Amino acid sequence: MQERLGKWLLSWPPLAYLVVFFLLPSLIMMFAAFRYPGDYGGLMPLTSEDPATGKLVLDITLDNWRDYLTLESFVRLVDEPLYIELFIKSLWYATLTTLICIAMGYPLAWLIARSPKKYRDLMLLLVILPFWSNFLIRIYAWMILLGPQSALSKAINLVVTAFGHEPVSLLFTPFAVIVCLVYVHLPFMVLPLYANLEKHDMALLDAAQDLGASAWQRFWKITWPLSLPGVYAGAALVFIPALGMFAVPDIIGGTEGIMIGNLIKQQFLETRDWPFGAVLSIMLTGGVLLMAGLAAAVGRGKQKAKQKHG
Amino acid sequence: MAKRQSWWLWAAAALAYVFLYLPLVIVVVYSFNDSKLNAEWVGFTLDWYHKLFNNREMLVAARNSMVIGVVSALAATFFGALAGIAMHRYKLRLLPFLVLTPIAIPEILMGVSLLIFFVLLNVTLGMTSIILAHVAFCIGFVAIVVRARMQGMDNSLVEAARDLGATPWQAFRLVTLPQIMPGILAGGLMAFTLSIDDFVITFFTAGVGSSTLPLQIYSMIKIAVTPEVNAISTLLMVLTLCLIVLVSKVSPGALRAE
Amino acid sequence: MALLEIRNVVKRFGDFTAVNHVSLSVNAGEFFTLLGPSGCGKTTLLRMLAGFEQPDSGEILLDGKDVSNVPPEKRPVHTVFQSYALFPHMTVRENIAFPLKMAGWSADKIAPQVDELLEDVRLSKFGTRYPHELSGGQRQRVAIARALVDRPRLLLLDEPLSALDAKLREEMQIELINLQKEVGITFVYVTHDQGEALALSHRIAVMNSGQVEQLDMPETIYSYPRNRFVADFIGQCNVLESEVKAIHGDGTMTIAIKGCGEMKALAREGVTVGQQGWLALRPEKIKLDRELPELANEAYFKGRVHDCLYMGDVTLYIVEVGEGVRIEAMLPNSAPGLAKLFDDNDLVEIAWRFDAGSFLTE
Ligand SMILES: Nc1ncnc2c1ncn2[C@@H]1O[C@H](COP(=O)(O)OP(=O)(O)O)[C@@H](O)[C@H]1O
Ligand SMILES: [Mg+2]
Repeated sequence: MQERLGKWLLSWPPLAYLVVFFLLPSLIMMFAAFRYPGDYGGLMPLTSEDPATGKLVLDITLDNWRDYLTLESFVRLVDEPLYIELFIKSLWYATLTTLICIAMGYPLAWLIARSPKKYRDLMLLLVILPFWSNFLIRIYAWMILLGPQSALSKAINLVVTAFGHEPVSLLFTPFAVIVCLVYVHLPFMVLPLYANLEKHDMALLDAAQDLGASAWQRFWKITWPLSLPGVYAGAALVFIPALGMFAVPDIIGGTEGIMIGNLIKQQFLETRDWPFGAVLSIMLTGGVLLMAGLAAAVGRGKQKAKQKHG
Repeated sequence: MAKRQSWWLWAAAALAYVFLYLPLVIVVVYSFNDSKLNAEWVGFTLDWYHKLFNNREMLVAARNSMVIGVVSALAATFFGALAGIAMHRYKLRLLPFLVLTPIAIPEILMGVSLLIFFVLLNVTLGMTSIILAHVAFCIGFVAIVVRARMQGMDNSLVEAARDLGATPWQAFRLVTLPQIMPGILAGGLMAFTLSIDDFVITFFTAGVGSSTLPLQIYSMIKIAVTPEVNAISTLLMVLTLCLIVLVSKVSPGALRAE
Repeated sequence: MALLEIRNVVKRFGDFTAVNHVSLSVNAGEFFTLLGPSGCGKTTLLRMLAGFEQPDSGEILLDGKDVSNVPPEKRPVHTVFQSYALFPHMTVRENIAFPLKMAGWSADKIAPQVDELLEDVRLSKFGTRYPHELSGGQRQRVAIARALVDRPRLLLLDEPLSALDAKLREEMQIELINLQKEVGITFVYVTHDQGEALALSHRIAVMNSGQVEQLDMPETIYSYPRNRFVADFIGQCNVLESEVKAIHGDGTMTIAIKGCGEMKALAREGVTVGQQGWLALRPEKIKLDRELPELANEAYFKGRVHDCLYMGDVTLYIVEVGEGVRIEAMLPNSAPGLAKLFDDNDLVEIAWRFDAGSFLTE
């Protein structure tokens, strides 16, 4: 009885808040994908003001719902290869970002995990710290670094022109987008990797060496397979936000570097075609769910295999 | 114990650290640079900070950010702490899902769905809508930190309190609450930091009337980059750094909980 | 009337029965121990006494009143937890004062009471310390002081010494006995350590799979285990397959040990001629020498030393008598010198008084 009351008192306030300000808006957005855009953007209203009474009445009924609901926006998505191509490009950017983050994050995580205990927290903190600085500042910093006046740009162009090519611009390119995506998401890769690598029993590596494995073999046969859960977790944490990113390409990507997030933003704030924006958001959600489901499934598969062995 | 690692591992790690910090260092350095261009070092100046403090728009945005940060942190701490405790105590399905999903999905999804929601409900976009949105995504961070704190607490402490004559409410107030207080404080500070720093969700829920620091920075770097951005960035970094130090003081390990 | 009476208590977790029809009573002032292997339901039973779990059926009477549905804070019962469960954010004093505060004592009455308890557990100098500033043994004493400070009717202790190292554990055992004598509060003590149980308790209930197998004084339990489980679980024991051959009027009977031969044993109520069973025999009750006289009141066998395990104070000899029947005998190494008496393959003779063993039917 008291147990019930406590459970109710504790879980209802946050539950109610999140239902109203997260679940409900998400459902409304899903629903918006099936509606017509309004005359001045937004959504075509389902209600109207009764001129006589001044009360709001629901126009949509069981008979006329076809006039209000449509699959048009979905058809548009499928008909126009541009959008799908942009989505695939975004998937590719996110994948590339994830791979680079693994390549950069792994040695770092490994080194931190194998450092003396007293330095570990500091080294880890140094990885997290940039993440806590403002997100726009971090993008902005790369605007300076990749800008035409920067030492980096000048150095690269010196080499490029020496080979007789036109000078290149680094800013406002897909290259800039990838660099920035990696920069913004690297801590998300290092943390789960570290958490995993820290738990590895070093005696395993000694045993492998004792049994004749080379350093290379020790890595690929022991450390890497054992660290896969960390890799998957990190990959999900990098891939998912990277896929939906709009600020990075918006600021630093130019026209070449835009991603699906930019298109969504455009539909909602510029063209104001909300139904189509909602369709794009659903597609993005689908991509995210797919990735999250994949990571969870792989993780669970591993767990099962482990239980079987153990 | 720690074995010697090969030099290239150190080199790779050092490079990664340089990669992480060089951009931020440059922003800070240029904020003191006596030149309109972010190109080369000319000389030391505090002009940009001076300009910043005379920039009315910026000051209004800073005040907005503070108000939004404080209010959303307080609300998110309340809801998040309840959620964290509930998630630890009871086997729930919907609540953990609703608490954790906003953190897991790309921010833009939450931003646009809240935009539709507020517009359909005729809520004027502004401070209120921003705060309502910030609370929604901050709840999860607080809940995770508080739950981790609950998990770290010896279960028998509450039982011991009951055993020694405390009612459930007394056991909560005298034992559980003091135990998880550092987590709640850390969660609140984190929520404040996240709210102050948030760009994406704010961008969609702000409307035209009210600007925040990140929105101000955004329009500055989109329209005309001046070293004033360096100055405000540096100040924000210092603020965040202070908050982080505070968080790690009240609850070591909280930063890693997420 | 017994202080605590447990009647037919059953506790299930899903399909699993953790406590299965347990009935027992504990007298006021008693040091009562629940002993059994890990997972046998001791903690569950204790948690029902404390009020953290409700029995699915049966009754728990304290001073004759059913407390099954009284919440923990309303029971005059306190628990010493295995993890001590000291409140980390309170000093030693504040920890000990906690139950008094909950009971609504005024501050000026709390202070002397806490002082007294601190003295009882020899921690007067540590009142202002926090739990993490204490050693394991000191924390243990704080936990006990905290649970005794408002003089509960019953103190429950769940493996309180298991986190301490062996030497400290022995010290604490003696301290516990003294403390219990001093305060006169009834203890219900849970342990899986038979040595601890035998050393501390007035009475022991041996539990297995949620049931009480035997409830007796330590000496009785050790010397006359009721069944094979108790015989095996407590101390070392030879359990020899046997059959009843004849029952005599003088309280004895004749049994035949399989592969060995006939001998006399103490009769047991309810056994019949031809019944199969086991003879339980403690290794230290067996005589062992190169030559032994054959006495009328003793079982007597010739054998060969198969193995010996030197254990410092004693040596355990495994003697083979008859085909494949091995009997363990324990001799003290009390003689001066290296004191090892026999070697492998030595021919020896063993004997035991017929009342040294007990015949088990299950
Ligand atoms: N809350 C519970 N839920 C399910 N099973 C439990 C629970 N508590 C105890 N058990 C099970 O009941 C059995 C007895 O547990 P316990 O009383 O803790 O044993 P002991 O203290 O003798 O080691 C164990 O098998 C344990 O797994
Ligand atoms: Mg137990």
